Amino acid sequence: MGVEPRSRDLSADPDDLARLYVAMLRIRLFEDAVLRLFLANEVEGTTHLCQGQEAVAVGVCAALEPGDTVAATYRGHGAALALGVDATALMAELLGRETGTNGGRGGSMNVTDLERGLIGCFGIVGGSIAAATGAALAAQLTRDGSVAVAFFGDGAVNQAYFHECLNFAAVRRLPVVYVCENNLYGEWTPMASVTAGADIAARGAAYALPAQAVDGNDVLAVREAASAALARARNGEGPTLLEFLTYRHKGHSKVDPGAYRPPEEVEEWLGRDPLLRLAAQLGDDAVEQAHEDAEGELERLLDAARAAAFPTPGAPATATKGAAA
Amino acid sequence: MREVTFREAVRDGLAEELERDERVMLLGEDISLGGVFNATPGLQSTFGPDRVIDTPISELAFTGAAFGAAVKGLRPVVEIMFGDFLGLVVDTLVNQASKYWYLTNEQASVPLVVRSAVGAGARLGACHSQIPTSLFMGEPGLTLVAPSTPADAKGLLKSAIRYDNPVVVFEHKLLYGRKGDVPDGDDALVPLGRATVRRSGTDVTVVAAMRAVELAIEAAETLAEESIAAEVIDLRTLRPLDATTVVESVARTGRLVVVEEGPPSGGYAADVIAAAIELGGPVAARRVTMPDLPIPFASTLEDAALPSASAVAAAVRALS
Repeated sequence: MGVEPRSRDLSADPDDLARLYVAMLRIRLFEDAVLRLFLANEVEGTTHLCQGQEAVAVGVCAALEPGDTVAATYRGHGAALALGVDATALMAELLGRETGTNGGRGGSMNVTDLERGLIGCFGIVGGSIAAATGAALAAQLTRDGSVAVAFFGDGAVNQAYFHECLNFAAVRRLPVVYVCENNLYGEWTPMASVTAGADIAARGAAYALPAQAVDGNDVLAVREAASAALARARNGEGPTLLEFLTYRHKGHSKVDPGAYRPPEEVEEWLGRDPLLRLAAQLGDDAVEQAHEDAEGELERLLDAARAAAFPTPGAPATATKGAAA
Repeated sequence: MREVTFREAVRDGLAEELERDERVMLLGEDISLGGVFNATPGLQSTFGPDRVIDTPISELAFTGAAFGAAVKGLRPVVEIMFGDFLGLVVDTLVNQASKYWYLTNEQASVPLVVRSAVGAGARLGACHSQIPTSLFMGEPGLTLVAPSTPADAKGLLKSAIRYDNPVVVFEHKLLYGRKGDVPDGDDALVPLGRATVRRSGTDVTVVAAMRAVELAIEAAETLAEESIAAEVIDLRTLRPLDATTVVESVARTGRLVVVEEGPPSGGYAADVIAAAIELGGPVAARRVTMPDLPIPFASTLEDAALPSASAVAAAVRALS
């Protein structure tokens, strides 16, 4: 807790900052649209928005190299977009269309795009941790030089997946980075009330892992921490646990307006909005241009996604690749 | 063809596939020393500690990791020491591995094999004796393999490792010491999803798997003395079920007994009978199972709970 924003080097590359800003803005606007479509009943089922946490997804993914693997959570729109998953295909998946990332079979909680390195978004809390650990096991055995990243929330640190996998990865020195997005609430419950010690980064010590708590609303700080952890993993020095302190602007899911959160807490965190903070470092012109571009893209992708067909029931489908051999 | 034990057949199958395909790797507890059932001795010294990994006692972690590694192109074979511990990895098998091919719109399949020692009769108590096939029978995408002989133990395991989808292999612990003739290399392969007729007969079809096949054969021998000719079918794969072989046999015999070492409800025995009726028409049928109780420890209680050849014979007579 209590990680203060650091003062920034004013000589930072404006193009770099603009790219990071656009990446976060695309997620913010994409999810605004998801919420609108959800309220209009075009996005069915449920939805888990990551608004407020964009800097974690963008900062970590900006540090990846081609061939790296990402396992994300059911709150995974941000990670998918930051990783370069086609935004139209992602929206089509949320709309249950056949052009979706998963052909409409998966929905928002199972978005997968192996070509982009997204091994999956996992609807089971902690599932991403094992998937990334396994991808790292494969990377280690095949010596392909890749690293795996697991995104998970503060709720997952009380799952067996977290403890078992961190231990396993540590003893095997697997090339994996564990990225905890601590948004202070596990579903509707305050993290500190159900998490012994309430210090997630401190849990790294139990597994002899380097760990760090970082301001997760500072995209540059996120990228810097992720880069260091990825370099360690790539150098064969094993896993790292990163705790990014951040905040969910919306509730947990569709049924949750987040009313259990003190208004002053919400206000404080809205003031630490990662987009506002980066916008302050960009010129007005750059911000305006970014909005113009991102809004244009959103309009086009919405048109394309909504125009796509729904999958046809009864089309040939199997639960296995090939017949029993 | 060599005469080897069931456990040697398992080890030989693993060794041949490790040799044949460098993507194959093993994960499990104590496996470098052979494991509790001594099915993997010598494999780590031959293939190295990167491909034959001794894990912490963290079934969820190493099976979950095996899933991720399988998606990324490896062909992991996980040993879950006792079938009773499969409960710890249901999330990986049910929510992740078995759904991945379909849910990802066929982006990748999951060539993951989970081997596990199952079955009662060794006085190991309720939580080291179960055959938890029912946990997985309803799971689309999952293949369940249940050998009864050394040749099938090797052949089905090799086929499972070469298969592109997740497979759970149930190895009955009382069978590890059984001996039989087992081929080498590709000659050993046994196809998944196909039952086999172990004994031909015309009066009744007795369907079984794993150790229960021995009971069925013993019952058939007893019944033969009473001029009842029982046909014994060994399912070998529980899911997908080879309904064709069963229906074909029942069409000739008109009677069906299914033996399952497990509780009476929710098991494969019910699926076999349902398939026989749906695909072949009404048939006189009985199940021989265990009582609806946890498996007891005391020898008198455990023996009474287990399916027996005499119970199988009695079920057949009840249909005659």
